[in-house]
Amino acid sequence: MEYFLQQLVNGVTLGSIYGLIAIGYTMVYGILGMINFAHGDVYMVGAFIALIAFLGLLAFGLTALPLILLLVLFATMLLTSVWGWTIERLAYRPLRGSFRLAPLITAIGVSIVLQNFVQLSQEARVKALPPQIHGGLALLGQTRISFTQILVILATVSLLAGFTYLIARTPLGRAQRACSQDMKMAALLGVDVDRTIALTFVMGAALAAVAGLMHLLLYGVIDHYIGFVAGVKAFTAAVLGGIGSLPGAMLGGLLIGLIETFWAGYFSAEYKDVAAFSVLIIVLIFMPSGLLGRQEIEKV
Amino acid sequence: MSAGGDAARPAPTQAAPPRVAPSRLGHALRDALLMALVALALFGPLLGLKTVPLTTGLALESRWHLVAAAVAIVFAGRFLLRYLVWRADRPAGTAARPAASAPRGWFVKALTPALLLTALAWPLLPTTDRYLLDIGILILTYTMLAWGLNVVVGLAGLLDLGYVAFYAVGAYSYALLAQHFGWSFWICLPLAGILTAFAGILLGFPVLRLRGDYLAIVTLAFGEIIRLILINWYEFTGGPNGISGIPRPSFFGLPFTAGEGGFAAAFGLEHSPLHRIVFLYYVVLALALVTLAFTVRLRRLPVGMAWEALREDEIACRSLGINTRNTKLTAFAIGAMFGGFAGSFFATRQGFISPESFVFMESALILAIVVLGGLGSQIGIAIAALVMIGGIELLRNLAWLKAVFGPDFDPSLYRMLLFGLAMVTIMVWKPRGLVSARMPSIQLAQRKAVGAHLVGQGRG
Repeated sequence: MEYFLQQLVNGVTLGSIYGLIAIGYTMVYGILGMINFAHGDVYMVGAFIALIAFLGLLAFGLTALPLILLLVLFATMLLTSVWGWTIERLAYRPLRGSFRLAPLITAIGVSIVLQNFVQLSQEARVKALPPQIHGGLALLGQTRISFTQILVILATVSLLAGFTYLIARTPLGRAQRACSQDMKMAALLGVDVDRTIALTFVMGAALAAVAGLMHLLLYGVIDHYIGFVAGVKAFTAAVLGGIGSLPGAMLGGLLIGLIETFWAGYFSAEYKDVAAFSVLIIVLIFMPSGLLGRQEIEKV
Repeated sequence: MSAGGDAARPAPTQAAPPRVAPSRLGHALRDALLMALVALALFGPLLGLKTVPLTTGLALESRWHLVAAAVAIVFAGRFLLRYLVWRADRPAGTAARPAASAPRGWFVKALTPALLLTALAWPLLPTTDRYLLDIGILILTYTMLAWGLNVVVGLAGLLDLGYVAFYAVGAYSYALLAQHFGWSFWICLPLAGILTAFAGILLGFPVLRLRGDYLAIVTLAFGEIIRLILINWYEFTGGPNGISGIPRPSFFGLPFTAGEGGFAAAFGLEHSPLHRIVFLYYVVLALALVTLAFTVRLRRLPVGMAWEALREDEIACRSLGINTRNTKLTAFAIGAMFGGFAGSFFATRQGFISPESFVFMESALILAIVVLGGLGSQIGIAIAALVMIGGIELLRNLAWLKAVFGPDFDPSLYRMLLFGLAMVTIMVWKPRGLVSARMPSIQLAQRKAVGAHLVGQGRG
């Protein structure tokens, strides 16, 4: 029971990170209908920026941890969203309205560029940051939840709430929903489509940046390859939850995180990814539009 | 971007006196300053601060000169573009124009035989050495893979992101068959092809109902599952160490060895290690040409026409009585089979295979070749393979850059970075691929090519 609870806590934390990345995929997909393959690498860039910001602030002589965390969070979100904006502007916007495989290929190109840029500028070695937040709470018996895990879960919940509000209630959210329903019509009615799409990428990148920071805090080890695996898992999560649906992305992320953790905990760590992907395939066989996705009506 | 706006504001007033028509110079300067700020945000932390390991942990090392250079380049480039190149203000987000009409006829007509002749004569050219032969083999392998994937993506319109799985299945089938049963390459090759075709059907069944990007992610997941199984199933596949000592091919029974009974002795030639490479080159050329001929013929057969109909419109297809399930499965099986042939060839050429050769990047590369080649154009794919694989190899030989940037500059590190940039640039420049003309498989009065923008891309 204690073991189960511990795995549950770990799984939910991991799932939160996947969920945050998956939201970026799902928002872009909802509007543009494209797989932003470079999104996983934006997350990796976010983790690196967070690492550099941490080291910079520590070297600067700051000691108050909450202040450092807040500054790092702010800097990481800001700088990573500039990356998101630039990528959209250079690699996706020129191809809007083109056929649908073209942006997929540029996305793969951008992913290669980001990985190699970070590898060249920061060297290929694995980077380790010693744990910054110590301690935790004891739950039932031996089960523990660390303060980092609490932070991750709290941050995810508040971000999710914030973004749900943003999409449901603000003018920007309305513009986004309009674009995802009918981009041409939205443009005719005065929605600035280019700006809306750019802001969608900025939001996705900011969330990915938070996920990167969380990864850094939780595991303390990053390298320039973390983007690919996390990106594939997060995209799997987005598809599992029904791509285009925000709560679906979060649900899918949690499911993938839980499946992975429990499989590694009870069966074999080697096959945890196989388990996650197999669940995806099985779910899609029976529910071709994911768990919370809408069934698309096809017309000739 | 509010910070960017504030900082950039003084620029136009300095450059352009107020009330004089909003000058282009002012606009260009302001725009370039904004872009320079973006570049500063992009490169500042990642390029300017390098994490260096110390004994006590990580420390930062600043390299602001690099950031300054990058920002200056962006500023200058953007300014020149704005001021000199983009004279009229182009509307943002201009959609890709429909591809121009068919390329000049004589050029394309001459290109195919010229490429074929070059490919045939390549090993015989006096300038060809071991290195160039290896590159030729590599290019042909990728051409063959891309032609195989083209059946699935270009003809049937099913987006497959896990094609490398079939390459892997082919390679491991050959390696295991050849090692455990001692069969020769020519027996194992068709067997590996059949096994891989079954793998294709295995993938095809669960994804029959999926469309578009759901299909893409499941094929990607399938590729990863195969790779993870290859890594973790030690007893069968050798795990991460792979399989070594795979039998080398022989010239229909004559091994490429020195001395009695070898290929050289039988033909009265002097023994040379190049013989085997030349033989391998012609084997892969033959395999590639078989793939080409097979797919070109298939397009004219009912099944090929059904594939293309499926790509254009699945619902219309079904209502016309085409069995979409069988059509999809044959596309997966045949595409997979060619991947399996290529994999067998890869295994026998390398003599060693490991899961590391079958990562997602390979799938992406093959797909990029197909799309850059023009999705469905056979000659375009061959050209794209030549450009991409040849380009990667060219980038390996950038030693002359050492003269420019100093001796401790390692150009080969920049290979993949430049490759990725080239991928983005080519795609933005020619979204429809390098060859954007198609030959319809049915025509009424006369044969003529149509622009690729008239061809559907399939929704899965």
